[in-house]
Amino acid sequence: MELFVFVVASAMILGGALGVVLRSHPVHAALSLVLTLFGIAVLFVSMEAHFLAAVQVIVYAGAIVVLFLFVIMLLGVDNAEDLRVEPFKVQRPVAAVVGAGLLTMIGLAIIASRKAPVPVVTQSQAVQDALLDPHDSNIKALARDVFSDHVLAFELTSVLLVIAVVATVMLARKPRKGDFVVEAATK
Amino acid sequence: MIAVAPTTTWYLLLSALLFSIGVIGVMVRRNPLVLFMCIELMLNAVNLSFVALARRMGDIGGQSTVFFVMVVAAAEVVVGLGIVVAILRRKPNATTDDMAELKG
Repeated sequence: MELFVFVVASAMILGGALGVVLRSHPVHAALSLVLTLFGIAVLFVSMEAHFLAAVQVIVYAGAIVVLFLFVIMLLGVDNAEDLRVEPFKVQRPVAAVVGAGLLTMIGLAIIASRKAPVPVVTQSQAVQDALLDPHDSNIKALARDVFSDHVLAFELTSVLLVIAVVATVMLARKPRKGDFVVEAATK
Repeated sequence: MIAVAPTTTWYLLLSALLFSIGVIGVMVRRNPLVLFMCIELMLNAVNLSFVALARRMGDIGGQSTVFFVMVVAAAEVVVGLGIVVAILRRKPNATTDDMAELKG
């Protein structure tokens, strides 16, 4: 059963990824990205990472792709790019060689290390208790891990999000009178 | 019904394939929005391998890392799209080849 799920989800993921790269229209690329993200959410469910699957659908498919589509809609850049235009003649062969080489190296490393012994990980007592819970063990263990062992990192992400929001507001608003504007850059 | 279950190696190979497609996309495509989508593909490939290895090692820490990666990815997309909006407002239909203003 897991094999069937894996095959279907892999087809979704790879088909969506190829769609992102190969579709010339940005809206089609964004919709292909949704397909990939849903495929990854399916794999998260099959690997019993239920919370991450929900977050994947809500944050990625729900927020990030919608943000992409909003930008495409507001800027009106939804005209198809002519993929036959190739400004640098060597660009695509080099990209293909680099991509294939990267895939070969990572693949060989994965296959070579598939029989490697799994290191023993000792988790904190709170996480171990949560993993034994018959109901929602994944989300409880994740919550214990994030809010006890990684609570400083969690607080720092909130700082990061505030910085990102402020930066985006600064970037996206139109300059008013009296603002400091570098004139040379607008020419 | 075949009784073979996909091992961690399968998930990691799928993740490597997805990452390579994302790398090729970043190098080939010229629309800045599509470039960001390809970066999302790479981030998702890494998330997939994190969750696969977290399951193999029985360590929930991999899943919390994916949680943080998602937060950072959301912040990155927000700032990146802000920059793209600022550039495209000034130069409509700009491709990445037109963004050589910071060249020294």
